[in-house]
Amino acid sequence: MRDSLPMKNTSATPLGAGAKRSTPSGGLQAWLPRLVLAPSVAISLFFVYGFMLWTFVLSLTSSRMLPSYDFVGFGQYARLMANERWWVASTNLMIFGVLFVVICLAIGSLLAILLDQKIRQEGALRTIYLYPMALSFIVTGVVWKWLLNPQLGIQAMVQGWGFESFRFDWIVDPDMAIYTLVIAAVWQASGFVMALFLAGLRGIDDSIIKAAQLDGASLPRIYWRVVMPCLRPVVFSAVMILAHIAIKSFDLVVALTGGGPGYATDLPATFMYAHAFTRAQIGLGSASAMLMLGGVLAILIPYLYSELRSRKHG
Amino acid sequence: MANVIRRQTPAARLGRGLLYGVLILAALFYILPLVVMLMTSVKPLSEISAGSLLSFPQNPTFAPWTKAWGEACTGMRCDGVGGYFWNSFAIVIPAVLISTTIGALNGYALTKWRFKGSELVFALMLFGCFIPFQVVLLPMAQTLGWLGISSSRAGLILVHVVFGIAFTTLFFRNFYVGIPNELVSAAKLDGAGFFRIFWRILLPVSAPIIVVSVIWQFTQIWNDFLFGVAFSAHNTQPVTVALNNLVNTSTGVREYNVDMAAAMIAALPTLVVYVLAGKYFVRGLTAGSVKG
Amino acid sequence: MSTLKKTTLALALAGATLATTAQANEVEVLHWWTSGGEARAANVLKELMEAEGYGWQDFAVAGGGGETAMTVLKSRAMSGNPPSAAQIKGPEIQEWGELGLLGDLNGVADAEGWDELLPEVVADIMRHDGKYVAVPVNVHRVNWLWANPEVLEAAGVEMPTTLDELFEAGEAIREAGFVPLAHGGQSWQDATVFESVLLGGQGSEFYQQALVELDPEALGGEQMIDALEDFKRTRELMDEGMPGRDWNVATAMVIEGVAGFQLMGDWAKGEFTAAGLTAGEDYLCAAAPGTEDAFTFNIDSLAMFRVSDDEEREAQQALARLVLEPTFQEAFNLAKGSIPARPDLDMSEFDSCAQQSLADFQRTAEEGGLVPSMAHGMAVRADIQGAIFDVVTNYFNDADMPAEEAAERMVSAAEAASF
Repeated sequence: MRDSLPMKNTSATPLGAGAKRSTPSGGLQAWLPRLVLAPSVAISLFFVYGFMLWTFVLSLTSSRMLPSYDFVGFGQYARLMANERWWVASTNLMIFGVLFVVICLAIGSLLAILLDQKIRQEGALRTIYLYPMALSFIVTGVVWKWLLNPQLGIQAMVQGWGFESFRFDWIVDPDMAIYTLVIAAVWQASGFVMALFLAGLRGIDDSIIKAAQLDGASLPRIYWRVVMPCLRPVVFSAVMILAHIAIKSFDLVVALTGGGPGYATDLPATFMYAHAFTRAQIGLGSASAMLMLGGVLAILIPYLYSELRSRKHG
Repeated sequence: MANVIRRQTPAARLGRGLLYGVLILAALFYILPLVVMLMTSVKPLSEISAGSLLSFPQNPTFAPWTKAWGEACTGMRCDGVGGYFWNSFAIVIPAVLISTTIGALNGYALTKWRFKGSELVFALMLFGCFIPFQVVLLPMAQTLGWLGISSSRAGLILVHVVFGIAFTTLFFRNFYVGIPNELVSAAKLDGAGFFRIFWRILLPVSAPIIVVSVIWQFTQIWNDFLFGVAFSAHNTQPVTVALNNLVNTSTGVREYNVDMAAAMIAALPTLVVYVLAGKYFVRGLTAGSVKG
Repeated sequence: MSTLKKTTLALALAGATLATTAQANEVEVLHWWTSGGEARAANVLKELMEAEGYGWQDFAVAGGGGETAMTVLKSRAMSGNPPSAAQIKGPEIQEWGELGLLGDLNGVADAEGWDELLPEVVADIMRHDGKYVAVPVNVHRVNWLWANPEVLEAAGVEMPTTLDELFEAGEAIREAGFVPLAHGGQSWQDATVFESVLLGGQGSEFYQQALVELDPEALGGEQMIDALEDFKRTRELMDEGMPGRDWNVATAMVIEGVAGFQLMGDWAKGEFTAAGLTAGEDYLCAAAPGTEDAFTFNIDSLAMFRVSDDEEREAQQALARLVLEPTFQEAFNLAKGSIPARPDLDMSEFDSCAQQSLADFQRTAEEGGLVPSMAHGMAVRADIQGAIFDVVTNYFNDADMPAEEAAERMVSAAEAASF
């Protein structure tokens, strides 16, 4: 059954949803769904869109420590564009976001496919891959900060084994530090993606695979040509969740690198926080929040639109 | 891939060995940090500064754990993080229950009672997933002030419910979309109403997705720090705030072993949930939540 | 005043009856004294309050040297219920005062004679619009150089008194196999070293012009370029693993004899004391090279909020009075490594470093050279401080950036920050 975004009712049943029934409570029944949804819609309108609007309004003011309504047009945006740290943060989000999503999808799907091959101890392995998601990003950041510390962690250990020239000091290197964020975030979230893909794989009809095998196709080819296209909805769910993690990444940065070295691993969320709160520059912070959200929406809306239009059931 | 034809050639055996090899290597990657945390939390402080992170504890001790639970300083109180568990539960449990219920009803309404614009409504609600909490901190503070519930448990619960609805609706909506409409339309023909159909037909088969939603929300809310620190009063602070006070003290000797023990204690409920309910989690996702 | 009016209106809309969550006769105090030593010391204050029949609701939020606590404070202010007292310091007190949120402590001040008791520099910070709104807890000195005497002996060097001597000593220490200067690569630590190096190389008058008054010519001129180059040179004295390191881990390097020096404020002394070491014997303290005639101060203080409940106000007044009580001042400052905010205490319990600190404080207050710390939020507004931090830390971590460019950026940092 196709879901379609435009307002046509494509239900296959003889009763179109919203058709007024001639039962005694028919009128009420037709409105009940809207009534049930209404609080959530109202909450969304107020707490999500209302707050976004308020943030936009603040971005047009010269607010410092607490909000004030002294309007200065787009001056804050101009300041933002001239702020080098903002450009670093934005670029970092793109690098981090893309790498994080792509690598999680790759690792998650690979592990799911491997786990799906009738493995002994599948349950134990699955728990091991999945448990990092239970930890808060603060804990993840702290532990990985140590592991990646050149003097205390992995570099020290491998050097201790005799490989004196081994180096793994990305975390203190301004150019490479952003990739340490990717490592820690992938460690936390890829297990969850694996679970999503595993569930999707389990939902695929075996007969399709068997038919392809009987036709002589090898297993990898089958996976690539037959299975993956069926998993498009899984990819959608995974991308939604991964994207939300990437955008909201704040705790991880603070715990792992503190935004450093210098501000080499700054992200828009930490930039906004530093300016709106620590530096008492709410106007500038709000402008950065608007740009961050704007960029995110610009990417997500087309994706959402295309996926919701062409959704197929598995 | 249960009944797929498998070959038994030597090449296939080798492939199998490789398969296990990769899986075990991956498992090592995932479990390494946990091992480091555990080892560090049982080492005495002298060993930590002397050795590297990944060295085995020579004189393991549980003193860091008892200190983290009941004696470490989180401000002027030095009662460890144990006491804050009750605060966290008092916030998490109502918030999870309320947001799951609302999400279920929303998902149901959006998929089985389609009306003009229901897809648009869903898409609009979905954006609630993406707002970083820092952005809404101040307006939320002001709103809670208007409502008179700032710095109270009710305020925190409201905040978590508000920002959890987007996710729970997403999960339930995707799940219910996979349930055949014929069941529902037959019931409608029989004259059953909105809530009756939900109660009789959809709820009984919703167990898997309820598990998914509860686990997700539990984890998110339990691990939240920002809202917890901004909207709690001195006596309603959740365990994440206590952990932060313990670990991030600006001065004083860093007792890494106590820090790690405290972090593990704070993470225990979510870890337990994931370990025990993990298989239900995957089952819940399997049962159709990921399909279009 | 239109900005003030608009902000006040905003707060009024936020329901600014300023009801607090404290019950009668209690104060809710927001602070970040969360380590064992601080907690014990601050507890003295709590006990003093309780002895007089007042209640203390502890609202501790650690992290970032008060960063998280200040965020929570703003959130509480927005929701209309700030705590009774909060650990606010420096120019930020003035910003809160401008919003009309702070209470009036003149009653206590007159009764206790704060005008006479407190040094002028300190009292100025505690006052807004002529009335006292905050009470100082301690006075930290930021321009200290700490050293491990054994390392110095092994390398055959003395405590340096100028920057050149510091670099020479550093080389010798490096040859002897130790790390010359222990450091943690966080922006505030970078800024602390920067301001001490600037102070030592260019003097306190230049410091005042550049980092306090933000004179663009000073910020962009030759002296600043020299100071920046000196600062970059200190990087040669540090070890590779320093980015992201916490300050007390760096102090531990000195304590354990891995490193020779550390440029850090006097809270480092708390670490030495906690390790059971004695000043002058097991560790050495001296003014940062070139800064014997200067004192960079950082004052912790508790600001009181305006409250409507009479009993709570009474409790606040008691709190303010008790903070300057000799018992608390002595206990707290012994633990923290700072010197008391009231200069009339008996300092015999304090070690040699603290006594020298007090002597220098009084001397520089009279003769000049007493300057507020830019790195610790005492000199300029938070946004300008943040912008300077960005320039300093970025320059420090960028091997290719020349000092001239950094100086230019300093000038734009000071301009662009204000609106």
